[in-house]
Amino acid sequence: MRHSQLVRQKIVYSILAWVVGIAIFFPILWTVLTSFKTEIEAVAAEPSFLLFDWTLENYATILEESRYFAHFWNSVVISLGSSLVGLLIAIPAAWAMAFVPNKRTKDVLMWMLSTKMLPPVGVLVPIYLLFRDFDLLDTKLGLVIVMTLINLPIMIWMLYTYFREIPSEVLEAARMDGATIGSEIVHVLLPIALPGIASTLLLNIILAWNEAFWTLILTAAKAAPLTAFIASYSSPEGLFYAKLSAASTLAIAPILIIGWFSQKQLVRGLTFGAVK
Amino acid sequence: MGNITLKQVTKNFDGHEVIKPLDLSIDSGEFVVFVGPSGCGKSTMLRMIAGLEDVSSGTIEIDGQDATETPPARRGLAMVFQSYALYPHMSVRSNIAFPLKRAKMDDALIKEKVEKVAQTLNLTPYLERRPGQLSGGQRQRVAIGRAIVREPAAFLFDEPLSNLDAALRVNMRLEISQLHKDLQTTMIYVTHDQVEAMTMADKIVVFNAGNIEQVGSPMALYRHPVNKFVAGFIGSPKMNFIDVDDTVNGQPVTCLGVRPEHLVLSSTSGTWKGKVGVAEHLGSDTFLHVNVPGVANLTVRADGNCPYNYGDDVFVSPVSGQEHYFDASGKAIRKESAGNPSATVTAISQ
Repeated sequence: MRHSQLVRQKIVYSILAWVVGIAIFFPILWTVLTSFKTEIEAVAAEPSFLLFDWTLENYATILEESRYFAHFWNSVVISLGSSLVGLLIAIPAAWAMAFVPNKRTKDVLMWMLSTKMLPPVGVLVPIYLLFRDFDLLDTKLGLVIVMTLINLPIMIWMLYTYFREIPSEVLEAARMDGATIGSEIVHVLLPIALPGIASTLLLNIILAWNEAFWTLILTAAKAAPLTAFIASYSSPEGLFYAKLSAASTLAIAPILIIGWFSQKQLVRGLTFGAVK
Repeated sequence: MGNITLKQVTKNFDGHEVIKPLDLSIDSGEFVVFVGPSGCGKSTMLRMIAGLEDVSSGTIEIDGQDATETPPARRGLAMVFQSYALYPHMSVRSNIAFPLKRAKMDDALIKEKVEKVAQTLNLTPYLERRPGQLSGGQRQRVAIGRAIVREPAAFLFDEPLSNLDAALRVNMRLEISQLHKDLQTTMIYVTHDQVEAMTMADKIVVFNAGNIEQVGSPMALYRHPVNKFVAGFIGSPKMNFIDVDDTVNGQPVTCLGVRPEHLVLSSTSGTWKGKVGVAEHLGSDTFLHVNVPGVANLTVRADGNCPYNYGDDVFVSPVSGQEHYFDASGKAIRKESAGNPSATVTAISQ
């Protein structure tokens, strides 16, 4: 009786989980399906789910007409660059907060997080003007700087939670063994925290890859990443749903593949510290 | 070498004085044990000597040099932590080699030294394993290996045996004592276990609430505790304390202390009459808890063949000359003439 009740409960929860999962995934699935339709089918009043004339025409047009690979390369440089530079700053910062905390450490952490609560548009004008004055508009360097800065609080928070799980005695042992702060971090902390650092890096690559607000505003052509490439398909001449979908699919494909292969790492990273 | 001198050392945490001004001198080659209850400041003191904790005031000298501001890496001390603090991502070999690598020693020399240490500690078969693949005792040995490979001026042990099971603890205790005999290097050992303190130390330092209560050899502390705290802390089972109102050498005495092994049992006559409560038979010894109405619950250490059991009436008497007297502040009052019958107790019989 009790056992069958448990089984029934499990089935109900499984169905619920699948429903939620599909609901979340559906827009992505729909985008991918639309990318294989013709423009007319894409805007049909009664859209068909799978029974339509599958075509690769949109992909061919996009790859022919636009500079997909240039945008792709920009996305790689901006997301990887900002994540690596961010790590270089976040690791020592998180080390200091986790292992040499003072009375204000918690306040500093909260303050850093609070910067994420400010709507980006709030700092749009000053950042735009700074970029203009420093000749950073439409440059990859400019975007690397912005992405690093906007994702730094999350990186520091994530690494801080990871580092807090590492017993400080291990680092103290290194100090007793003659390690300088630098070699303590490089030889002891980083190898132990490698899974945490990897998931921080991955998450930030994803965040930077998908960032649209700043990339659309601060780039035009040269440094435009894939987000700007997608946006270019919703132009004043009209919306091309099928092509827009194909562009979106091409834009999210690399990150989706990385995410798929590293999902174990990512889930661990996002829930780390929740349960010891 | 390995002389360590503490002069008026204090430690404050958020305005709270956890170590009150204290002086201590540790001679080269000595095995010194810091002992005291949890939170008494013994580990903090050790960490200050190591350089892992700042000193609020006072100075720490190592081999005559002021090392108060010297970073831990340059003090020439090695530390063994309670949690072993091994590098989990490195093999046993790399763990032991780590301090030598940091000192930029030649690779061939490192290999030689690591293998020698591994041999001393019976770790040779495990050199390529990771700490996670070792038992608690083996991990502890790796931690010790990592400490001795540097040939430090002194070893600092922070409760190194508390994570081990009882049998292993006894083994490791012997191994560390043997290591001290072989190396003749200064060792400072922190523990809350007075048995470890008694069995290992050349000199015990008893800490209580940030103060040093007494410094001396194990037997000196056992025989002549300076106050009630030390008397109660050193010795197992704990000393019995009985409230009295008397004078010894003309000084008022409020407490009489008798160790369980200095109480004798009789079924016919004695100083106090009581009823046996719990009797703990250990084989070699029997610990009897005797309830003496109006006096105290006394613990008596009797031999393994002790015939008394729960509910038996017994007489308990202190061994003459083995009593300890304390005044109202807890300070010990030494009785001048040994061998006299107890000043405060008179015998009764059935």
